[in-house]
Amino acid sequence: MKWDEFFVTGEPMIYGAMVSIVVASLAIVIGLTYFKKWGYLWREWLTTVDHKRIGIMYIISALLMLFRGGVDALLMRSQLAIPENGLLDAQHYNEIFTTHGVIMILFMAMPFIIGLMNVVVPLQIGARDVAFPRLNAVSFWLFFAGAMLFNLSFVIGGSPDAGWTAYFPLASNEFSPSVGMNYYSIAIQIAGIGTLMTGVNFIATILKMRAPGMKLMKMPMFTWSVLITCVIILFAFPVLTVALALMMFDRMFGSQFFTMANGGMDMLWANLFWVWGHPEVYIVILPAFGIFSEVIATFSRKNLYGYSSMVGSMVIISLLSFLVWAHHFYTMGHGAMVNGVFSITTMLIAVPTGVKIFNWLLTLHKGKIEFTTPMLYSLAFIPIFTIGGVTGVMLAMASADYQYHNTMFLVAHFHYVLIPGTVFAVIAGFYYWFPKLFGFRLNERQGKLAFWVIAISFNVTFLPLFLLGLNGMTRRMYTYSADTGFGPLNMIATIGAFGLAIGFIILVYNIYWSFRYAPRETNGDPWNARTLEWSTHSPIPDYNFAIVPTVQGRDPFWEHKKGGHQLYKGNYEEIHMPNNSGQPVILGGIFFFFGFAMIFGWWIPAIIGGLGVIVMLAVRSFERDHGHHIPVREIEETEARLRGEQA
Amino acid sequence: MKRKGLLLAVFSALLVLLTGCNSLAVLNPKGPVAKTQSNVIIFSMLVMALILLVVYVLYIFMLTKYRASKAAPDYEPPHVEGSKWLEFTWIAIPVVIVTILSVVTVRTTNALDKVPAGYEDQKPLVIYASSSNWKWHFSYPEEGIETVNYVNIPTNRPIEFRLYSYGPITSFWVPQLGGQKYAMSDMVTKLDLVAEHEGSFIGKNSNFSGKGFADMEFEVLAMSNAKYGEWVNEVKNTAAPLTEEQFNSLLDTAKVGRQTYSSTHLEFSPAPEGEHAGHNHGGGSDDNSQMDHSDMDMNMDHSDTKDDGAEHASHGN
Repeated sequence: MKWDEFFVTGEPMIYGAMVSIVVASLAIVIGLTYFKKWGYLWREWLTTVDHKRIGIMYIISALLMLFRGGVDALLMRSQLAIPENGLLDAQHYNEIFTTHGVIMILFMAMPFIIGLMNVVVPLQIGARDVAFPRLNAVSFWLFFAGAMLFNLSFVIGGSPDAGWTAYFPLASNEFSPSVGMNYYSIAIQIAGIGTLMTGVNFIATILKMRAPGMKLMKMPMFTWSVLITCVIILFAFPVLTVALALMMFDRMFGSQFFTMANGGMDMLWANLFWVWGHPEVYIVILPAFGIFSEVIATFSRKNLYGYSSMVGSMVIISLLSFLVWAHHFYTMGHGAMVNGVFSITTMLIAVPTGVKIFNWLLTLHKGKIEFTTPMLYSLAFIPIFTIGGVTGVMLAMASADYQYHNTMFLVAHFHYVLIPGTVFAVIAGFYYWFPKLFGFRLNERQGKLAFWVIAISFNVTFLPLFLLGLNGMTRRMYTYSADTGFGPLNMIATIGAFGLAIGFIILVYNIYWSFRYAPRETNGDPWNARTLEWSTHSPIPDYNFAIVPTVQGRDPFWEHKKGGHQLYKGNYEEIHMPNNSGQPVILGGIFFFFGFAMIFGWWIPAIIGGLGVIVMLAVRSFERDHGHHIPVREIEETEARLRGEQA
Repeated sequence: MKRKGLLLAVFSALLVLLTGCNSLAVLNPKGPVAKTQSNVIIFSMLVMALILLVVYVLYIFMLTKYRASKAAPDYEPPHVEGSKWLEFTWIAIPVVIVTILSVVTVRTTNALDKVPAGYEDQKPLVIYASSSNWKWHFSYPEEGIETVNYVNIPTNRPIEFRLYSYGPITSFWVPQLGGQKYAMSDMVTKLDLVAEHEGSFIGKNSNFSGKGFADMEFEVLAMSNAKYGEWVNEVKNTAAPLTEEQFNSLLDTAKVGRQTYSSTHLEFSPAPEGEHAGHNHGGGSDDNSQMDHSDMDMNMDHSDTKDDGAEHASHGN
């Protein structure tokens, strides 16, 4: 292989990206060396098994990916702003919409959700860590290895270009001969294994590690949503694993699962992809529902309305999410009977979702609503997401979908669901739980400004796309002629997209500003909130709770504050905590190496990498690591310090 | 106030959506299939607007009435567990709505699977539409002619498009005549359309199929039966026949302009249906549903022809 095949060449933008990657990497290495932070980074972050720090690393990675995917989006919108635009060529555009989709769903939305999960769930259930702390770190490093591998594709070897759905035979060697689709199959596979382990880990955590008295039906709504999400992960991700493995066999070892010749079946890929892909949508949306439930209850100063039906509706959504995958290809030629059945199951999802919308509205009823930044995102979610929901019902009607399928109408619909749903939720959750992690609030004025810019720009961007779809504009076309009449609405959408970008820049500036100037708090409960995580100190000590809380009701901390129930009974006792370990990050590095070699078909390095993985597993199995104990005296000192008493 | 402005914008946009119907291709149908779909779409929009209205009214009511800034400083919101009756209401009403929509969907989806109502007594004109590397081939087996990247059809006569592909999955879509269907390499899908107005309509591939995807447009020219007959005769008399060699070199080329031939490629490169089908999906095609597994070996032999086509298609990359 020649160098000019190895590196992507011929594009000034790519050269710019290469230079900036090298410069940024050098700056990080030099900075860490100059400030002597290597040891700190290794001890405190790279080897950590603390769920809070793993959560923070997930969130930082997700924010980075938000900007990577966002730049993709801006490039796409710039290209489409005017007819016959020459900013991007077809190949470049195809790569960009493919990576935009993959990155936003798998490397932005999922890790952001999992990051918040990591931070919040153990705290909400009164636990000191997750069930398998080191496995949790392995999950993160596998996700990270997968994400970095996927991002590498745009400078080394070429990005995937067959759409995030990677339909065969387009994604086969025959029609996508570059290594781009190899990146797709390997990078997502590695990250997916991490996600699957997260699912197992959190199911075990939530089922086994709740504080005494916290029955299932007393769990906070976010924890419930995470539990259900993890069950979906457990059933959906193995399908993705299999589909990606078959894809890898087809592309690298000459098997014929999805090819056009020798009995391969392109529709099999579409089915496997969406059997995972549709539940995936709910994997990123259900925790969002959980976040909104927490935020809306807190800032209405009321308990969540209809708790049981909220739980029930999520269970029903999770079941239905597995029964609707064929609505992604009504047009594949199955008969009216099949399309009819999938139409009905799809539309049925609107019922439990509607229940949740009305329950949130009734939570506001007779409340005392405070318009904080997290609350603004949660409130804006309701009207915008409802548009996404009703257009979803419209799409579910098979006969009408023949006209919407693969058009901008669909693009508008899923952005109307995913942005107010997932993106607003993670931003709301980020603002809401931020003071818990760092001991100070993000600036509210800047937060609200960013919110209004984002909320308005969002509608400016995506509302025109509904009309474009009905006017016959298909998705994924890199250009169009002026006489189609698509020009003006596309221009409006592009202006909106840049508005969104400005909103996100304000958000990041807000984080920077607040780190420097925001007043620090001593109280662990800045929002006057209701659930257990707010009853411990901010920032949170390693062990989360000095004494394991006992729970009576659904809003234990609120009841405690109202003087009803004593959360912490008894005295300090020795706390057992897991030890840090370098193994997860090393394993992630080996997986990265292994994946990279596989992508290029370098078999000897790949075998070495594969053996490396096995060696790491063997090393772990022989290790005797029983963790460590924090003595009572140290707990007393820490607690006194966190209360602000100087020892 | 800003929030109300936003809502107003959303509402007025919806109004534009409903009133601006005629300028949008999908809502400006020129045949019974697109007409049915347009009716379903407008009906669903009205129902959805009603749902949005209910949610938005409740929402504005809650947000204006229960703001903390309006409440007394010592106001303590009550603890409310929920209400069986209210929760039952917002389960029951959506179930009714979904039921109505389901009935509409199932009936129309069934109707769209057949020759449109009012045209059942006519023998449909069969046109094979196949895609290869960013162009469309239209074969008229009855007339024995073939066109590339444009298709002429008679008005007020059912047309049965039989769709397949020599490469990636594509989707055959003529918005003003009716919704789309996929064209795939190993099976034939059918799409029944009728044009009730003369005119030129844009057709396109709507399923991403690689580099030249954005250019995969074709013209559908609907003309009176008499004019159509004249055109067919003209083609038969003036155009050259399509040889296997020419067809293969056509498959090799990524994009071409319009072409016309006085014979079809179906004779030497048959569509993947009947004994030539790759798989049986039971998708309503009679030829497919009668096939059983004992035929499978036979299919393998015939698939050679198809593989040739596939190979040629790939050269165009």
